[in-house]
Amino acid sequence: MDVRAQMSMVFHLDKCIGCHTCSIACKNIWTDRKGTDYMWWNNVETKPGTGYPTAWEDQDKYHGGWECEDGNLRLRSTSKTQTVFNIFHNPHQPSMDDYYEPWTYDYQHLFNAPEGPDQPTAVPISMVTGDLIQIKAGPNWDDDLGGSPVYAENDPNLAQLNPDQRAQMFAVERLMFFYLPRICNHCLNPGCVAACPSGALHKRGEDGIVLVDQKRCRGWRACIAACPYKKMYYNWQTGKSEKCILCFPRLETGQAPACFHSCVGRIRYLGVVLYDAERIREVAGLPQDELIEAQRSLILDPHDPAIARAAQQNGIHDAVVESARNSPTYRFVKDWKIALPLHAEHRTLPMLFYVPPMAPVMAQKNGSAVENVSDDLFHDIDEARAPIEYMAAMFGAGHAGKVRYALRKQKAVRWYRRALTVGDVNMATAERMLREADCSPAEAEAIYKLTSLCTFEERFVIPPMHREQAIEMLADPMAHKQGVGFGFIEGPRRGL
Amino acid sequence: MNNTYFNALFFIGLPYVSLFTFFLVTIVRYRTRGFTYSSLSSQFLENRQHFWALMPFHYGILTVLTVHIAAFLVPRQVVWWNSVPARLWIMEIGMLAAGLLTLAGLVAAMVRRRRNHKIAVVTSPADWVVLALLLLQVLSGIGVAMMHPWGSSWFAIAVTPYLWSVATLNPSMAVVAVMPWMVKLHIINAFLVIGFFPFTRLVHILVAPNPYLWRRPQVVRWYRRPAAARG
Repeated sequence: MDVRAQMSMVFHLDKCIGCHTCSIACKNIWTDRKGTDYMWWNNVETKPGTGYPTAWEDQDKYHGGWECEDGNLRLRSTSKTQTVFNIFHNPHQPSMDDYYEPWTYDYQHLFNAPEGPDQPTAVPISMVTGDLIQIKAGPNWDDDLGGSPVYAENDPNLAQLNPDQRAQMFAVERLMFFYLPRICNHCLNPGCVAACPSGALHKRGEDGIVLVDQKRCRGWRACIAACPYKKMYYNWQTGKSEKCILCFPRLETGQAPACFHSCVGRIRYLGVVLYDAERIREVAGLPQDELIEAQRSLILDPHDPAIARAAQQNGIHDAVVESARNSPTYRFVKDWKIALPLHAEHRTLPMLFYVPPMAPVMAQKNGSAVENVSDDLFHDIDEARAPIEYMAAMFGAGHAGKVRYALRKQKAVRWYRRALTVGDVNMATAERMLREADCSPAEAEAIYKLTSLCTFEERFVIPPMHREQAIEMLADPMAHKQGVGFGFIEGPRRGL
Repeated sequence: MNNTYFNALFFIGLPYVSLFTFFLVTIVRYRTRGFTYSSLSSQFLENRQHFWALMPFHYGILTVLTVHIAAFLVPRQVVWWNSVPARLWIMEIGMLAAGLLTLAGLVAAMVRRRRNHKIAVVTSPADWVVLALLLLQVLSGIGVAMMHPWGSSWFAIAVTPYLWSVATLNPSMAVVAVMPWMVKLHIINAFLVIGFFPFTRLVHILVAPNPYLWRRPQVVRWYRRPAAARG
């Protein structure tokens, strides 16, 4: 057993209101530089929809992630031999057209326009070339199903549905959509790291954050194709790749990442989990229907004294193990099993988990009366506006069981709480629902608390990063004494 | 053109100035401005022409360069290969084809940089210097191949000793001094390319990622484990 610590996240989709505050917080801190203007390390998509970059889930087009044949785990986009031949031109690299051309507006014109019969306008200009452009797409072009006949119908996840189900999703008055906020998943088996020819991409041993060493990145751009979530971005100005850094400078000072901190719907949870790094390769190579359960089994129980001892032997600080015991991620993913990885079928073992959203309650028309309750208390999960197969395509690696389990439990918790507080539901019925959803009243109470009444400290359990123990601190503190002062920091300026 | 001063300047002076610049500046640049070592790929901004320009260019120039280096390092083997006429023909025609491939790719790359406005935004004056030098080098190389055939053999016999004499700090320009002007142009321009190399994007050649071929897929960096214990 090789116990390691991993910063791991849960996004509770039932609470996401699609306000994009997270995206803006991230943008303002990290990607407002030239060359990064088109990047959204954090973005929020409307589902069903094609997302950003357009149709990123279509791996026939983008070739992201791993595939496993006869126990051979290989990247879809590249291999060691292919890297040699594709390094001059990567055949699977998306171009700016797959994202969008960033633009601003010529606001000066509002002030400088000569007097004339019409009001002056601020015309859009490209942030790349400065030319006037016709805006054709943006990072969130199909927000709230805008233009859904053009965009949402191309959602790759709809491929699993039959024509009836597809028609149902877009029928008037039965439309449903939800939001999918996305950041880097900081995977345990990251495709980007495995594809990086320079060895610039790496996983931090202490907290599992996946980073690009900007100095070693040479712009070979294999990572961009290899990531199935398209969360690697190429900075066209500096000629280097960039990605979400999980705001590690904030984490190291005990603050939540900007997108987490600013989340209005309080949908985001962050905590450290312990996992067994020895089994990564084994789990990543399992058959698709075992992936979700196996990935869950990688996460170790920090309450188990044997695990805590093994963690300590591996150099994990007691404070980190203690933090793992309070991790909200552990509760959602391991204890309650209601948070699931997104597109686990790509075998990167993503460490961002999603609580799947409840679809709007289906009403039954009984004569002229509208009834909301059916005999089968869970019926509207399978009869929901969003077919369960659609959710399964995203959160169940194609299998509905795990998603159904998560939704049933959520629904049971709602009914239980309704029986307690409103009282219009029979408690016996609620308790039967809990039993059928594999949930005890105590667990229901805990889910309810962490979902609805969670405080800042409960959502973000950030372990001390112990940077004071970092190896560079121990190596030679006198190295620069009487030398070059505090040393030089090189600005990220483009080469000639 | 057979003036001794001219020859001394370009076949003894220039090579050492170029090589000195090359080694000094690449090392200093790597140590102080390591961030600037990048392929500076523009594929992201324009994908289609990139393929038709960059693929022929790189494959062509790498083939030609490999044979040049082979003739420099193992001249006997190259001469041995060429000792059979059929093999000599294969070599000559293959190299000419690779040269033309390079030329086509290079011209396409120049057109792409000129015509596509997004690419023009990320084009520096140094890029044009590189492209111009390479164009001259490829054109003169093709010219040599057409006007003075069997270059792969006489390079190994005549130019290799000159290059070794430069490399061993005992320059002897007797052979190159009497070469035709096209060959001289090719040699002089080659040293110009080497001299300008460290100031341009060409440095990406030096950081070509060979360790990737034998490293493990996943890379983990530790802040708290001493080198000995790193997994």
